[in-house]
Amino acid sequence: MDDLDSRAVQALADIGNADTLEALDALRVGLLGKSGIVTAALKALGALSPDERKARGAEVNRIKDRLADALAARKQVLEQAELDHRLASETIDITLPGRNGERGGIHPITRALERISAIFSRLGYQRADGPEIEDDWHNFEALNFPPHHPARAMHDTFYFGDGRLLRTHTSPVQVRSMQGRQPPIRIIAPGKVYRSDSDQTHSPMFHQIEGLLVDETSSFADLKGTLAEFIRAFFERDFEMRFRPSYFPFTEPSAEVDIRWDAEDGSTRWLEVLGCGMVHPNVLKNCGIDPERYTGFAFGLGVERFAMLRYGVSDLRAFFENDLRFLKQFA
Amino acid sequence: MKFSENWLRELVEIQADRATLSHALTMAGLEVEELTPLGDSLDGVVVAEIIGAEKHPEADRLQVCKVDAGQGEPLQIVCGAPNARVGIKVPLAMVGATLPGGINIKAAKLRGVESFGMLCSAKELGIDADASGLLELPADAPVGKPLAAYLGLPDASFELKLTPNRPDCLGLYGLAYDVAALFGSRVKTGEQAAAPVTSEARRGIRLEAGADAPRYLGRIIEGIDAKARTPLWLAERLRRAGLRPISAVVDVTNYVMLELGQPLHAFDNDTLHGDIVVRHARDGETLKLLDGSEAKLDQGFVLIADATSGLAVAGVMGGFDSRVTDDTRNVFLESAHFAPAAIMGRARKLGMHTDASHRFERGVDPALPQRALERATELLLAIAGGNAGPVLVAENLADLPKPATVVLRRARLKRVLGIEVADAEVARIFTALGMKVVPQADGWQVTAPSSRFDIEREEDLIEEVARIHGYDNIPTHTPAGALTLAAEPEARLNELAVREQLAARGYYEAVNLAFIGNDVLQRWGMTEQLVPLANPLSAELAIMRPSLLPGLIVALSHNRARQQERVRLFELGRTFRISAEAAARKDAPTETPTLSIVASGIAHAEQWGEASRTLDFHDLKGDLDALIAWGGEPDRWAFHADGLPGWLHPGRGARVTRDGQTVGYLGALHPQLAKALDLGADVHVLELELEPVLARRLPKAVAVPRFPSVRRDIAVDVPEEVSWSQIEQVVRSTLGSQLKELRLFDRYSGKGVELGRKSLAMGLILQDASRTLTDDDADRNIREAVAALEMACKAKLRG
Repeated sequence: MDDLDSRAVQALADIGNADTLEALDALRVGLLGKSGIVTAALKALGALSPDERKARGAEVNRIKDRLADALAARKQVLEQAELDHRLASETIDITLPGRNGERGGIHPITRALERISAIFSRLGYQRADGPEIEDDWHNFEALNFPPHHPARAMHDTFYFGDGRLLRTHTSPVQVRSMQGRQPPIRIIAPGKVYRSDSDQTHSPMFHQIEGLLVDETSSFADLKGTLAEFIRAFFERDFEMRFRPSYFPFTEPSAEVDIRWDAEDGSTRWLEVLGCGMVHPNVLKNCGIDPERYTGFAFGLGVERFAMLRYGVSDLRAFFENDLRFLKQFA
Repeated sequence: MKFSENWLRELVEIQADRATLSHALTMAGLEVEELTPLGDSLDGVVVAEIIGAEKHPEADRLQVCKVDAGQGEPLQIVCGAPNARVGIKVPLAMVGATLPGGINIKAAKLRGVESFGMLCSAKELGIDADASGLLELPADAPVGKPLAAYLGLPDASFELKLTPNRPDCLGLYGLAYDVAALFGSRVKTGEQAAAPVTSEARRGIRLEAGADAPRYLGRIIEGIDAKARTPLWLAERLRRAGLRPISAVVDVTNYVMLELGQPLHAFDNDTLHGDIVVRHARDGETLKLLDGSEAKLDQGFVLIADATSGLAVAGVMGGFDSRVTDDTRNVFLESAHFAPAAIMGRARKLGMHTDASHRFERGVDPALPQRALERATELLLAIAGGNAGPVLVAENLADLPKPATVVLRRARLKRVLGIEVADAEVARIFTALGMKVVPQADGWQVTAPSSRFDIEREEDLIEEVARIHGYDNIPTHTPAGALTLAAEPEARLNELAVREQLAARGYYEAVNLAFIGNDVLQRWGMTEQLVPLANPLSAELAIMRPSLLPGLIVALSHNRARQQERVRLFELGRTFRISAEAAARKDAPTETPTLSIVASGIAHAEQWGEASRTLDFHDLKGDLDALIAWGGEPDRWAFHADGLPGWLHPGRGARVTRDGQTVGYLGALHPQLAKALDLGADVHVLELELEPVLARRLPKAVAVPRFPSVRRDIAVDVPEEVSWSQIEQVVRSTLGSQLKELRLFDRYSGKGVELGRKSLAMGLILQDASRTLTDDDADRNIREAVAALEMACKAKLRG
């Protein structure tokens, strides 16, 4: 008995000193294994009287439990140490760049164009489109530009020699959208337009977005409200805005919209951002819509201008050079 | 339209300062494009006379002048102006004056000689851009008089950017009505008195151009002094309107045009023969114009002629031979009305744009010729003397435009503007604009003055009310009208999704001009079905692009020339073509929405842990596969090695079909083209019609298979020329529906494989919808597949 006690004391010390899982397991076998000393002590109980057996049995089991607990505790310590070691050896440099993480980007004009279209689509405007090579009727006549009218001279037009031309604005899409259907109509028509003019501030091809709303109630006040909300939504800020009377053959009254823009030097100036007006009754009539019953408004804006303002692009020509060092700024 | 502010203020009362006037004009649709203050700080600048001038002892370029500034003692002033000389009157900035540029005038020593003030150029005074020498004042300029008072300064030059519908504002007289309406004041233009007729000189006028020229007034003024000096006040007003004073006759006609808006023309009466005839030009008729150019005319032009020849292109420019010169003694003044439609586009056709054509093609008040003629006579007699003959009138009253009478309904006004405008305000606005207003039960009947060519219908009146009442006074409101929900087809990707997919795969979107030059297209062999512009900006921008690739390759080269070796660009845009048959039928060219890609450099951006390799065909094809996969129907797409365009490498290009229809191409650039473009073998391109890419399958779900699949791998070797798609087709058609998937996982040729053959390793994933496949099932499938491959593709199963 004393023997078991003293060996148990020694065994506890050994367990505490075991520094590998293998050594610990060898101790476990020597103590609790089939031929371990605790197992032998339990077996020896059979030779004792029932009273002795009970007392002795309880004591041996207590020793067994103590040893088992010590083994388990030590095992956990050693396993944790081993895991720590392994994890330490597996550590990588997580600051190395990831693989195949390259990506490209969409063009800033597309980005602005999509942003504008998305705002209007939330207001129920449907996207519409038309040909870039137009006929005179859709580009001018139907929009109330008589032949040779000086207003045409404001549109430097590319011709094909067969009466066709490159559309000078997205307004012909208005006509195409209204023909053969009846209000309510809300459309937004983004696209490329062309003017035979090329210098630092003019590109012979650029992008416009045309908007059109025709219904039984729309008024100039609705036009003002719509555009004020659009400007706020696009720039995510409030601007001082003004609607200035202007002239387009296909709208009346017509207006140009200026916003009060903060220049980098701290000054502010009025900046023209779009043209708009109430759809001219002649245009409605040309498209088979009764101008007595319906009124509508239309607006047109230059996408490049909006992209330049929104993203701080100062040179129009940068949009068409496709220099990756420029394009990457919009990724 | 440029004019002097002081001049306008003389014609209409304006109870507002300059800034308020400018803002009001802009907000009434008469946009002030430029506002230049003139002579703002000219205190201490006076009229002076140079009474002595000697060379500066120390400087060749300087003179030492004695100047009389009306102060008794002459002042000594050192001056470097080339035109400084005894006897001229010039502006003198005295000691203590501050000029507009901020220069303070102090007594100073110049090269050792004392100077008490500065003689000034127009530029130094801030009244003109002329810095060539001293501003020479008229001989009668009063010495000692403050210059500002003498020149009618300060003033400002306004430049309006007028819209084509407002020709009435191309004269101050018309502009005054808008100003009066804006400020609630009145125009101060009274009746024009008739000049005394002191000569009987006459000339017949015959109108032979019908409605194109319905009114022509003329007058002979005899015995003028064509060399008479234009008075300072008139010259200054012209100058502030952007016109250079030229001679008395020209200055007077210009002045009247600016004041009233009526272009006039003066002929040397002694060069005319017989009656004035206003007729259409004959085809091929020519006339040498004032600017020396030779105008080639046709029947579309109205010509002013006499008994022997043409004299002037009506509404555009006068002729050279009948022009007024310094020697002219007798002039014939023309003041006519030409119909806008008869002048529109005519100057443009001659490659010119004149003050007269600008006005006539927009519309000049037909009531003006008489007034303008009398005004010009009045001025000319005062300046150049002479005797005026009677006013000669030829007119067809029936052909003159009639002032329109238009009804404006109160309800319509409210409907269009979204606000109510008080009746009194509406009536006030029309009246102030010179319109006659008759109130009616439900609105107003309005007759516009003959100067307003833009008032034809109700909306024109609504615009006038809105403009003068002020757009700012119309509230903002959100449309409440009915909405229809747009149908968004689910079986179609939108273009933005395609763009974002490509961006996610490393491509940057490019935007190129839609024009391209013939040289570039020749190089690409794109010479057919082209759509050229009739009036291109240049030869490089002469043709509508039949492909996006040439432009994208230019962009690629641009980037490679800037240290960007690895370039990935795509573009979405339309390509333009027309077939000979379509052209013959006069059909429109086709516009095909197109997607194109160019790529060069290494396959993946340089990175650690993986070796770099050059981009190849299958990298690009993988990008296309990913796009196609988005549509959900890859089986409808196929790649063919035949039928390639000349710009592709014949062995490394593919024709792409969808449902058997060719929709585009991809591959390596043809080496010859690449070389010509100074590019390497790594450049790969793709061009596809966009619509097939956007087509997308609407999913229709089937039950997920309940039985497990089995995989078997095999490797076969086949002759090099057998394509993967042939093998795929054989295996698929042999195994039918039990083959769920066929994956190629290795392709090898070289050691261990016979020359001219290649080894392909593939995985077959087999599954049955109704039961679990046994090993026997799988083995049988493999046996059948291999047998078929042996038969059809000369395949050999590899151990």
